[in-house]
Amino acid sequence: MKVNAAGRTIPTYINGEEVIGYKGVGKYIPQANKMAPKIPSYSQFPLDGNKEVADLEMALLNSGLKDGMTISTHHHFRNGDLVANMVFDIAKKHGVKNLRWFPSASFPCHAHLLPYLEDGTISHIEGSMNGPLGKFCSEGKMSKTAVLRSHGGRYQAVQDGDVEIDIAIIAASCADDFGNANALNGEANSGLLGFALADSQYADKVIVVTDTLVPFPCVPWQIQGNYVDYVVKVDKVGIPEKIISGTTKITKSPDRLLIAEMTAKFCEETGIIQDGFSFQAGAGGTSLSIGIYFGEIMRRKGIKARFARGGSNQYLVNLLEEGLVEYILDGQTFDLEGVRSMRENPNHVWTSPFTSYNYHSKGNFASKVDVVILGATEVDVNFNANVVTHSDGYLMHGIGGWQNCLFSKTVILPLPLFRDRIPVIVDEVTTLCGPGELIDVIVTERGIAINPLRQDLIEKAKDSALPIMTIEELKEEAERICGKPDQPKLGDKIIAAIKWVDGTVIDVVREVAQ
Amino acid sequence: MIAQAGNKGDSVRSDCHVQLELKDSGGIQLSIKSKVAKLFGRHIHKLCNDVLQHFGIKHAILKIEDKGALPFVMAARIEAAIHQLIITDNSYLLPVHDGNDSLTDSDIVRRSRLYLPGNNPKLMINAGIYGSDGVILDLEDSVAPDKKDEARLLVRNALRSINFYGTERMVRINQLPLGFEDLQMIIGHGVNLILIPKCETAEDIKSVDSKIAELLAHSNTEIHLMPIIESALGVQNAYEIAAAADKVVALAIGLEDYTADLGAQRTYEAKESFYARTAVVNAARAAGKQAIDSVFSDIENMDALQANVKESKSLGFVGMGCIHPRQIGFINDGFSPDDSEILKAKKIVEAFHIAIENGSGVVALGSKMIDPPVVKRAQKLIKLAISTGKLSKEWRAENV
Repeated sequence: MKVNAAGRTIPTYINGEEVIGYKGVGKYIPQANKMAPKIPSYSQFPLDGNKEVADLEMALLNSGLKDGMTISTHHHFRNGDLVANMVFDIAKKHGVKNLRWFPSASFPCHAHLLPYLEDGTISHIEGSMNGPLGKFCSEGKMSKTAVLRSHGGRYQAVQDGDVEIDIAIIAASCADDFGNANALNGEANSGLLGFALADSQYADKVIVVTDTLVPFPCVPWQIQGNYVDYVVKVDKVGIPEKIISGTTKITKSPDRLLIAEMTAKFCEETGIIQDGFSFQAGAGGTSLSIGIYFGEIMRRKGIKARFARGGSNQYLVNLLEEGLVEYILDGQTFDLEGVRSMRENPNHVWTSPFTSYNYHSKGNFASKVDVVILGATEVDVNFNANVVTHSDGYLMHGIGGWQNCLFSKTVILPLPLFRDRIPVIVDEVTTLCGPGELIDVIVTERGIAINPLRQDLIEKAKDSALPIMTIEELKEEAERICGKPDQPKLGDKIIAAIKWVDGTVIDVVREVAQ
Repeated sequence: MIAQAGNKGDSVRSDCHVQLELKDSGGIQLSIKSKVAKLFGRHIHKLCNDVLQHFGIKHAILKIEDKGALPFVMAARIEAAIHQLIITDNSYLLPVHDGNDSLTDSDIVRRSRLYLPGNNPKLMINAGIYGSDGVILDLEDSVAPDKKDEARLLVRNALRSINFYGTERMVRINQLPLGFEDLQMIIGHGVNLILIPKCETAEDIKSVDSKIAELLAHSNTEIHLMPIIESALGVQNAYEIAAAADKVVALAIGLEDYTADLGAQRTYEAKESFYARTAVVNAARAAGKQAIDSVFSDIENMDALQANVKESKSLGFVGMGCIHPRQIGFINDGFSPDDSEILKAKKIVEAFHIAIENGSGVVALGSKMIDPPVVKRAQKLIKLAISTGKLSKEWRAENV
């Protein structure tokens, strides 16, 4: 065991590999080359460019599926994904063991894989876990240690060779037999395929799976067929109604509306909202309302935003079409209006974790965003935040783009002061996911705390009517209402590692004691 | 017998369900299923034991299904179960939150008051943060007849424990005589104002007034009354009701029951209640009390709400009820003086001060003489503008 720069005790080895501990923001600069995949040759592929094979089973066997491999899939179909489950059904059928599953995220629909985690078909997951998978992992039942990365961190890990993918399975709503693919057309359209970009570039074998095979060319080619080994047509890649909800709902919760309104007011009063600014609000109910309040403020002031970062939805699309936002730079679309806009509007731009988030590149777009609104399960008095575990120790959420977004100019976390009886502001976060030096403002329904590192914001908010408090005052208020919670009992076994954006380990998660 | 109290089910939050069975032996057996057990299990055990011990219960089986109930909620639920099993004058009281013994003046601003169902703790906890002038913990229509006792205990505990951030703490009691039992439970626990529903005679008010006086004994606490007129007879007797006691600070009208009593449909235009509303405003003003309008029950239609508020203000009402926090902002704005009203009033009050400074008995604005009632109305408006945050207290100094 050793202690990293955040003061967290972490193991020396995880899954047999030596751990590089977190060294501080921007402190770790690896002296190495990027990962180099094998050189393929034109002559090894069908001369007519038709790479379609009979079925997924044949594609996996042709790719050399065997024990101990790393298999990657992606979450473009969210809870409507059918493909990841198919892949491991085939692995199980052939008795393949000890696979590392490397999804860009997992969803409750993947609870189907629990028996494979139990019988050793899958040794462990490196990716987000929630619902039943999170519970399974939290209770120490996974045979190896999970590794959680941000979207940018996943790209970094593949690019740097931290994770070598043996077979990448890219499910697409539309593709041609050469392997060009997109998620704009076809039955299961969900917008874009950015999360699979790194896999297409660096994996040893790449399989594109679709239910809508069109004659060459499938355009736009969000995934380029030149990276693809096999193409498979199946009956259905995803369940459309579970991929995206036809309507994204604005919250009706008065508490969340209040927090959203306070967040927008804060941004207005401190001058963050000005002509040509940029923002990223996210997809939750509170975030949607914040976008709407931003729109009202821009309309009233007669100004517009240069760009907004998606996840997009109908409300953000409305702002684009009204001319209040000039561009949407989108990482994923959350509803059908978002997909339509991306298909039709050249100012609705699809991005990838490479352009938006990758830390081991020559800059990324996150740093160009003026204000980002994010969630968290807990924040401590030093503004450190947790997004993966609940206060009772259960690993219940992925990191998503959260860590990567912390590099925006101002980071605001609008949060309820407590959830049921559980305070959100705590002495020390259960799991450290983001260092406090990157988190600027906490907005709760009972007051707003500004990080003392941001004297500029403190100065600007000083004469406003906003209820500015210290973070300690917020914590005390929460404890006055809820009582001071006990520390949950955790076991010694480490069940998951949390990577920082540069691939170092910022914290680990311990099993929940039964 | 097994007593039960509280709520359970998937949608229940910040509440708990309690099952209690008294035994002759075996000590206290606790069975606690809580979503916050890992963080608050020890606290919950302690609270259960404390409450049982307080009532002298030594042998019992207590089962709790907890969905994150705060201590004041859980204590009320356990006490409600105990009430079903033993007769006791004893109460389990948690400490009073700082400030929850504060009093309110009789003539404070009462633009908005937020109704909260008396047996739903989830909605109470944050009730003070939305900016309404008052909160109403309701024991009447929002509480099922068989839940009255557990709601009373919850409301009593809420009055003591929840920080309402300075909003006026009101309770709507049940129609008399059931309302006397409500008073018995809640008087002395920090309530500022009692709403008396379905008032029809001055006697209703006098009996509540003397019951409260009896319960308060020699305490200095002042508790205001707001009768609600909800019937044709009530409208007929509105003045006597408003004037029945000094403690009456406002007269409210409830239009759902009133229109039902008339046999008329309640409409957006509200022609059917025009007489009743003006009669109530007139009676309230005649007795020197505030006139408060009914709630507006369509929580989606903010345009209709705003139109309703505008009309209400023009008739002389100074506030109305809210059934959802989203209505509060519109209602507060609607009943606050607007900028042109404030500007006009400022000029008049300024002219009044100049007249006094000059030793002149005549107030003039330009060439126009200002009558004393106009000055009085302007002063009242300035006071309202200050108390609603629309005007600085030091406006005269800042004006020059």
